[in-house]
Amino acid sequence: MTTKRLMKGNEALGEGAIQAGCGAYFGYPITPQNELTEYMSRRMLEENRVFIQSESELAAINMVFGASVAGARAMTSSSSPGVSLKQEGLSYMAGCELPGLVVNVQRGGPGLGNISGSQADYFQAVKGGGHGDYHLIVLTPGSVQELYEMPALAFSLSEKYRTPAMILTDGILAQMQEPMEAVKIDTTRDENRDWILDGCKGRAPRKIRSLLMEEGALEAHNRHLQDKYNLIKTQEQRYQLINEQAEIMLVAYGISARVCYTAIQEANKKGAKLGLLRPLTVWPFPEKILQELALKVKAFLVVELNAGQMVEDVKLAVNGKTPVHFYGRAGGACVTPGEILKEIEKI
Amino acid sequence: MREELIIAGFGGQGIMFTGTLLSQAAMIEGKFVTYFPSYGAEVRGGTANCCVTIDDTTIGSPVIINPDSLLILNKPSLDRFKPRLKKGGLLVLNSTLIEDEVKETDAKVVRLPATDIAERSGQIRVANIVALGKYLAIRKIVNQESVLQALEALLTGKKKELLGLNRKALITGYEYK
Repeated sequence: MTTKRLMKGNEALGEGAIQAGCGAYFGYPITPQNELTEYMSRRMLEENRVFIQSESELAAINMVFGASVAGARAMTSSSSPGVSLKQEGLSYMAGCELPGLVVNVQRGGPGLGNISGSQADYFQAVKGGGHGDYHLIVLTPGSVQELYEMPALAFSLSEKYRTPAMILTDGILAQMQEPMEAVKIDTTRDENRDWILDGCKGRAPRKIRSLLMEEGALEAHNRHLQDKYNLIKTQEQRYQLINEQAEIMLVAYGISARVCYTAIQEANKKGAKLGLLRPLTVWPFPEKILQELALKVKAFLVVELNAGQMVEDVKLAVNGKTPVHFYGRAGGACVTPGEILKEIEKI
Repeated sequence: MREELIIAGFGGQGIMFTGTLLSQAAMIEGKFVTYFPSYGAEVRGGTANCCVTIDDTTIGSPVIINPDSLLILNKPSLDRFKPRLKKGGLLVLNSTLIEDEVKETDAKVVRLPATDIAERSGQIRVANIVALGKYLAIRKIVNQESVLQALEALLTGKKKELLGLNRKALITGYEYK
């Protein structure tokens, strides 16, 4: 007998967020993330927490902004076109140094695109997305188990550094089901919340704003933000490494990493050894391990469900020391293990 | 041993339920399993399909390109998925709704009048479970007992009254010659 549950990715993510102490969820429907909103509409009420189906994606992200200002663990979720609509709010949250969680269940784009799984929003997620010099902390789960466990990490990092976090996943992981174990989630919160706006009776008033018009104020604020981002870069690079000794190293996250894993299993049967570097954070990008691997491996093959986005960050990290190849399919198409093995033969 | 199965038919034939049921049974046995549904603009009467992979080791991609087996409940699904079946793979067909010309050299074909059998046993809706029973009688990837347990886990609340019907359908499928 097993303690595991068969769960859909979207639902595991919702349950993980609830176990992580999410106090407020705001969302607007869109496929392929709908089961998440649906799940939260039932479970958040059962837990006596806040659930609001907002009138738009824009309203949802601004509700997260408001809840966060008041000190709540708040989240919203959407799929690609809806996440585009949230970018203004994310920029404001980054400027105001507000924690919060945004989930992007990526679908094919650009525009309204289609509802198949995709990884085409990588640039948007890791390079800012909205206006201004900022970054989100971006986590990339690779299984239903990780979809359950990552909201806690996202909330905790987001609060530790006071900056919004994103879980970047895709329609395939979110729609699939596999057994997962409802492991106990650590819900410890950073006690130092001397910045929240909860009424100033008996203490000096506080203010939270991103409009800084005094001379030099905005530059100083940007310097502070960059210091913070640099600290995150040195402290929080996360990844999983499989077959470290392999000559050819695949680099992929989320669903592409799953397909790469199958390719590795098939290559093993034929006696060929392939490795896989799977980023668990794509911002901060795991560049330290890539720099180390660049001195050991013969070549990298980056696999993505897009026309080539993360490959740019791999190239920046490797800095010409080792050849970096790319294989991807865009528009909601999924790469196959056979295609990956064919690409390997070409190297 | 890895088993990659695609289940396909009309929306409304219980395709997704069949896949979930088999996945639940595999999980009960402590096996690795992934289930991936089609989630396009499928409607009742349109086609629906799902991928179920069962293994003794970690599974990477949940998307099946060339299945070991097909469980096919209507003609449009046969046309769509037959070309992807591995050579010599298992093809279980609902012969009530499908007239086929599949050659035995291509696949191990099992024709089962699942819809007729289900109708005779009292409920046309359980054709999917009859077909699953027949498939499992040939490909013994999970035990019948685990599927019966899985039915109990999935059919709860109001659906509990359907338990007897589904149990009977499963066993009828298993025993159909």
